[in-house]
Amino acid sequence: MSSRETVLGRVRRALADVPRGELPQQAPVARDYLRVHGRRSPAEAARLLAAHLADYRAQVHHSTPGGLPETVAELLVRRGARRVVTPAGVPAEWLPDGIAHLRDSAALTPLVLDTVDSVVTGCAVAVAETGTLVLDGSRGQGRRRSTLVPDHHVCVVRVPEQVVDSVPQALERLDPARPQTWISGPSATSDIELDRVEGVHGPRALDVVLVSADRWQPADGGAAQS
Amino acid sequence: MRVALFVTCVNDALYPRTGQAVVTLLERLGVRVDFPEAQSCCGQPQFNTGYRHATEPLVHRYASAFADYDHIVVPSGSCAAMVRENYPRIGARAAAEGRGGRLAAAADRAVPRTYELTEFLVDVLGVTDVGAYYPHTVTYHPTCHGLRVLGLGRRPRALLEEVKGLELRELASAEECCGFGGTFAVKNPAVSSAMGADKAHHIRSSGAASVCTVDNSCLMHIGGLLSRAGSRVRPVHLAEILASTEESPW
Amino acid sequence: MSVTYLGMPPFPEAAAAATGDERLRGNLRHATRTIRDKRAAAVAELADWSALRAAGAQIKDRTLRHLDHYLEQLEAAVTAAGGTVHWATDAQEAGEIVTRLVRATGEREVVKVKSMVTQEIGLNEALEQAGISAYETDLAELIVQLGEDRPSHILVPAIHRNRSEIREIFRERMGHWGRPAPDGLTDRPGDLAEAARLHLREKFLRAKVGVSGANFLVAETGTLVVVESEGNGRMCLTLPETLISVAGIEKVVPTWQDLEVFLQLLPRSSTAERMNPYTSTWTGVTPGDGPAAFHLVLLDNGRTDTLADQVGRQALRCIRCSACLNVCPVYERAGGHAYGSPYPGPIGAILTPQLDSMETGLDASLPYASSLCGACYEVCPVAIDIPEVLVHLRERVVQGGTATVRGERTTVRPARGHAAERAAMRAASWTFDHPRALRAGERMAARARRLVPRRLPGPGRAWTDTREVPQVPAESFRDWWRRTRGTAGGAPGSTTAHTVDDGTGAVGSTGRTGPLEDPR
Repeated sequence: MSSRETVLGRVRRALADVPRGELPQQAPVARDYLRVHGRRSPAEAARLLAAHLADYRAQVHHSTPGGLPETVAELLVRRGARRVVTPAGVPAEWLPDGIAHLRDSAALTPLVLDTVDSVVTGCAVAVAETGTLVLDGSRGQGRRRSTLVPDHHVCVVRVPEQVVDSVPQALERLDPARPQTWISGPSATSDIELDRVEGVHGPRALDVVLVSADRWQPADGGAAQS
Repeated sequence: MRVALFVTCVNDALYPRTGQAVVTLLERLGVRVDFPEAQSCCGQPQFNTGYRHATEPLVHRYASAFADYDHIVVPSGSCAAMVRENYPRIGARAAAEGRGGRLAAAADRAVPRTYELTEFLVDVLGVTDVGAYYPHTVTYHPTCHGLRVLGLGRRPRALLEEVKGLELRELASAEECCGFGGTFAVKNPAVSSAMGADKAHHIRSSGAASVCTVDNSCLMHIGGLLSRAGSRVRPVHLAEILASTEESPW
Repeated sequence: MSVTYLGMPPFPEAAAAATGDERLRGNLRHATRTIRDKRAAAVAELADWSALRAAGAQIKDRTLRHLDHYLEQLEAAVTAAGGTVHWATDAQEAGEIVTRLVRATGEREVVKVKSMVTQEIGLNEALEQAGISAYETDLAELIVQLGEDRPSHILVPAIHRNRSEIREIFRERMGHWGRPAPDGLTDRPGDLAEAARLHLREKFLRAKVGVSGANFLVAETGTLVVVESEGNGRMCLTLPETLISVAGIEKVVPTWQDLEVFLQLLPRSSTAERMNPYTSTWTGVTPGDGPAAFHLVLLDNGRTDTLADQVGRQALRCIRCSACLNVCPVYERAGGHAYGSPYPGPIGAILTPQLDSMETGLDASLPYASSLCGACYEVCPVAIDIPEVLVHLRERVVQGGTATVRGERTTVRPARGHAAERAAMRAASWTFDHPRALRAGERMAARARRLVPRRLPGPGRAWTDTREVPQVPAESFRDWWRRTRGTAGGAPGSTTAHTVDDGTGAVGSTGRTGPLEDPR
């Protein structure tokens, strides 16, 4: 007998107490938990996203579609980036002059990516309640390794269309067949005395640009542009 | 209202003053309380050590001894929790083992009528001010089974707060186990004592003259550690504080 | 092969030694207390926590009740997405499968994501015997591996080490495994994380084979989920050409939607974060992105035996968050090593003996490694009633009974060394069922009460080494009652004829009439 048959046979014998003919869906699961924790407008959701991103040490910036190239260029210059990788779908115009620009491709090995300073991508969805960005490898998001090996990640989020409130809403929007990376702040660890410190293997700097057609109005009414 | 006291075996043999305090307190509140002598032990020591079958006669005994009462008052969070949480399990397991439904039926009869003392006072009698007077500083340790199995919540504190003359002192890490745990105290004496030593430290740091709980078994452990360490902090069951009045201090 | 480490003493012995280790206790106290308050705050943010917790338990129970169905569904979905599924009945077979798969790539090195299940099966040791080096890449696993140590916590295997100990390990050991620690390394956590980053970078970049566990396996879609913080998981899951994931069969969840429950429960319970820094999900292989070959090894290793126990099976709901360890007062004092397996703390005390069929002396001592305070149950995000299972397993230790061992229904004998206790417990039950004998015993104790020494001999020492014995009163409660309230104590208005000894000396005659007279 194969190990597969052995294990499945043991499982079936172990479940002798389950009535024959019981369908999996007949085992009750009450989904009376909340789909969203609180009611908020799209602008409020975006503000919560910004606050939660910042809580976990992501740098949050605000921009408009017209101002985006300038914002991205400024972030790369500020970082001192000289080699930048972008996936197809990210316009070359976003990058400032004088920067070596690499397109994400299968040819970019980990060792090559290790010589890259920054990566600029979009995202599939962003979750306000948890401060999470989800990349799923579709256009503008790149291969998983291109947002992993470089030490600086600039991620552009379109507000409000890419922002959801909650984890349940995010999962509804995502296609499980696509490889996904859920990112909540720069890499971190709690492995030393169970206290969180930022910056281990993944990008240690995460800049998030929230792009909105409307002029951004933070809750405190402070300066709109970063 | 027919009310019976289930004094518990620990109180019966080692802490009769606690049982006397419950009788005094309830009678002062106008409740006539009875003590059916057929009662003995809830079976917790056996059950929690793994001797479920040895517990079964005691489930029957409990159900029979208290068959004729509306309310069974238990001055022990742990023993009340044993009845409420584990008697139904013991009954269900016996039925599953093909030994019929008698135990389950006994458990069904016993469980809804079983009240830990503070539940009986607050929920059944609807009182928090029992007219007690206890002019001492006291810190309250919420024992685990009362806290987490019965969900006593604020009841013991609400009662203590109404006691005249009593000054309640906060206990650090109050909700952490004292380390008694029944046979755990002797099966894992080092860990049990280490937990108890931390609890004793917090009790002493509270500055209270007495430490109060709703369980004498935990107090036996805490008190044993305190007195071995030469502390003068006095362990006292909540019932004894509530029984105390200006006219007749406990 | 046992889940417990070879040569481990029973829990009380190892725990007693640990309670005397001041530094260990300080490290554990600091770490567990730091996380406790944070977890409580993270959980308090969600008003529907109890509903999420109930749903998490129910989803796991649904999965377990129909595990055969979901495993077959998972296998089909993973295969359809380009992965290969392997089945392992035990640790040895899993080790052989992984070894074979690594050999087939021609590589002699693998990078590993932290995984409980590969600890459980001793995979690193199996690979080493085959001449394959396995590099742990999680920071805490790295600390354990470099220190030739054992893990002591589910989430933070090096929780028993403080920052200055970690610095010493890095300074002394990193050079033996690759890039040495930077000169002048301080014990700032940020600097220690940087040292790990530099040390492991070259290994990640040239790794050809990655080995991982999985937090969740989605049956419906064939998707695997790994939840992590540092990015070492992403490195191992996406940079190598071949990925081998080993997962216990209980890691299945039915649907993609079900993740909406667990991705809320797990981070808040585990690291007390709204969301952990990185979660990776993948379904089979994606051409041009990530490994070209993906293998999933499904492991039994005692899980089906655990599943056969209707009380004990709830341990298989566990999502390895470690909240129960962090709140456990016993774990805090005993430390993780005393539990003798990769699964320490309350969950280990119920999981290890079940996976192991209670075969070692350590296994038989683990169900007693708890005061039954219930703090673990309170924080468990999938509502595993750990105290209930502990007591249930104690029964198996002292009473024996039927259990499933490696798939076979077996009558198990009680563990050795409980004969005296069993006799005492039975005697106690007999006495408690005969109140006249109880009364006689109490009176005898009262008469002898001045003879009780402060320090008892024999087993009593376990109490009196640290604690005074209570003073036996001159009069038991029942004697006081009889003396002050008369002998008529009994039920008012009763017409029931009880057949129990009521301690009055009149067995079987407790059918009484008339209310008790007020004694005053």
